[in-house]
Amino acid sequence: MTDADEEKVEVVVVGAGLAGLSAAYVLAQAGVDTVVVERGDYPGAKNVTGGRIYMHPLRHYLPDLWDDAPLERHVTRETLTMMAEGSSTAITLDSDRFREEPYHSYTILRSNFDRWFGDKVAEAGAFVLPKYRADDVLMEDGRVVGIVMGGEDEIRGDVVVAADGVLSLMAERAGLRQVQQPKHYAVSAKEVIELPAKSIEERFNLGPGEGAAQLYFGTLTKGMLGGGFIYTNKDSISLGLVVGIEALMEREPKIEVHEILEDFKARPEIRNLVADGEIVEYSAHAIPEGGINAMPKLYSDGIVVIGEAAGLGLNMLITVRGMEFAVASGVLAAEAIIKAREKGDYSAGSLAYYEELLKDSFALQDLETFRHVLGFMENPRLFNFYPQAVCDIFTELMWIDENPKPKISTTVIREGVGKFLNWSTIKDGLRVLRI
Amino acid sequence: MNVETKLGLDVFKIDKDAHIIIDQEICRSCEDKFCLYVCPGKLYSVNRETGEMEVECSGCLECGSCRIACIHGALEWNYARGGFGIQYRFG
Repeated sequence: MTDADEEKVEVVVVGAGLAGLSAAYVLAQAGVDTVVVERGDYPGAKNVTGGRIYMHPLRHYLPDLWDDAPLERHVTRETLTMMAEGSSTAITLDSDRFREEPYHSYTILRSNFDRWFGDKVAEAGAFVLPKYRADDVLMEDGRVVGIVMGGEDEIRGDVVVAADGVLSLMAERAGLRQVQQPKHYAVSAKEVIELPAKSIEERFNLGPGEGAAQLYFGTLTKGMLGGGFIYTNKDSISLGLVVGIEALMEREPKIEVHEILEDFKARPEIRNLVADGEIVEYSAHAIPEGGINAMPKLYSDGIVVIGEAAGLGLNMLITVRGMEFAVASGVLAAEAIIKAREKGDYSAGSLAYYEELLKDSFALQDLETFRHVLGFMENPRLFNFYPQAVCDIFTELMWIDENPKPKISTTVIREGVGKFLNWSTIKDGLRVLRI
Repeated sequence: MNVETKLGLDVFKIDKDAHIIIDQEICRSCEDKFCLYVCPGKLYSVNRETGEMEVECSGCLECGSCRIACIHGALEWNYARGGFGIQYRFG
């Protein structure tokens, strides 16, 4: 690429993540001349998830592609744990539905997965160019006509697909997004901890190949928006936490992200699960939490924005989603580009079809349906008061000593009514109804 | 395990040029210094002798949390140059 200062292709995709690769795959299959620019040494080198990926949306949008994908374990046990000071209460769902093929969701390590996907995209005919950072969009007469990369090289294209992740410098430089507000993002830190498959299966009560997904919320984030997670991979565990950036900025006394992670790991509930494991990687990622209220403009003349670059992510405390939005938006953007190509018109008016398609899909519909979820989760009571109250009631019920025990109903009424019936909690209850 | 040791487990390809440039004038008058708390790599620190804000770019996980949290606009933030920076083996 350094020999030629200028290249011209039909589509320039910025970022070889799930969104960009999905778009490139569909475009390449349709015979569209496509290049994917990736700043890492290989697709996946810069990509982080919690993670677990929901497969049904992927199978819908790209059928038959995933059979030999390097996934980890299919998730058969879902656990949600409310953490209080010195106690926690967990709910586990173990369902035979999760054991039916094709499996519902898998744990995933993105470095392996995206590398595999990049190879598939190259086989389909797109050119995947690693080790090049897109520096800027190339603008002419107010429209995007390509990108500048590697300091001085240009690639011109009929359309640029901004799939450059949550910070999307491409969308920003094309004028499609304002400065990002801390309240709309969270920071996540994760460790990958190696353990033998047998130990994982014993500790998490799993059959061979089966996986566990565990989400934690409550005092572990010290009153701040966020939570912890554990996903079991084949022979490692992904353990991490997510904290709202604005919550971290406002908290007094100050606490650092890695300290919160260490405190979480030190809890007996967690410590025993990862005992004797060896940490092999530490990673971090910013996460869009603003939902539909924090999305950039999705298209303009010569550019579309997809995946996390488009703010497509949805944290609902009990489920954390994003990768299936990335795939769906990539495929739909590619379809809109193919239609624009037939007309020879890559103007904003023509590319608006992408947003139409996205609005008809689960991606924007789910974001619309759950538009109030962030407002609900900003409530500090969710992370201190409620988990503590639930754990206190259970502790009262379970505790036996030399004193006569009151009737269960008395305990539940005394603890429950005393704690849960007041104006704040009634307001919270009403807010739940909006979700 | 402390965070420095954890970063030592990662694969970094270290560039000679920093990809985050700090505007010291803004940092001097900043009382918040949010960067000190939001960076998961604990890479920001105030130099005790000069009083200047410093960032250890060679351990950057490229998450961008500092870019979002620095509402005072002191950071000229970019990803590491192509082929440099963190190279995740697991992700």
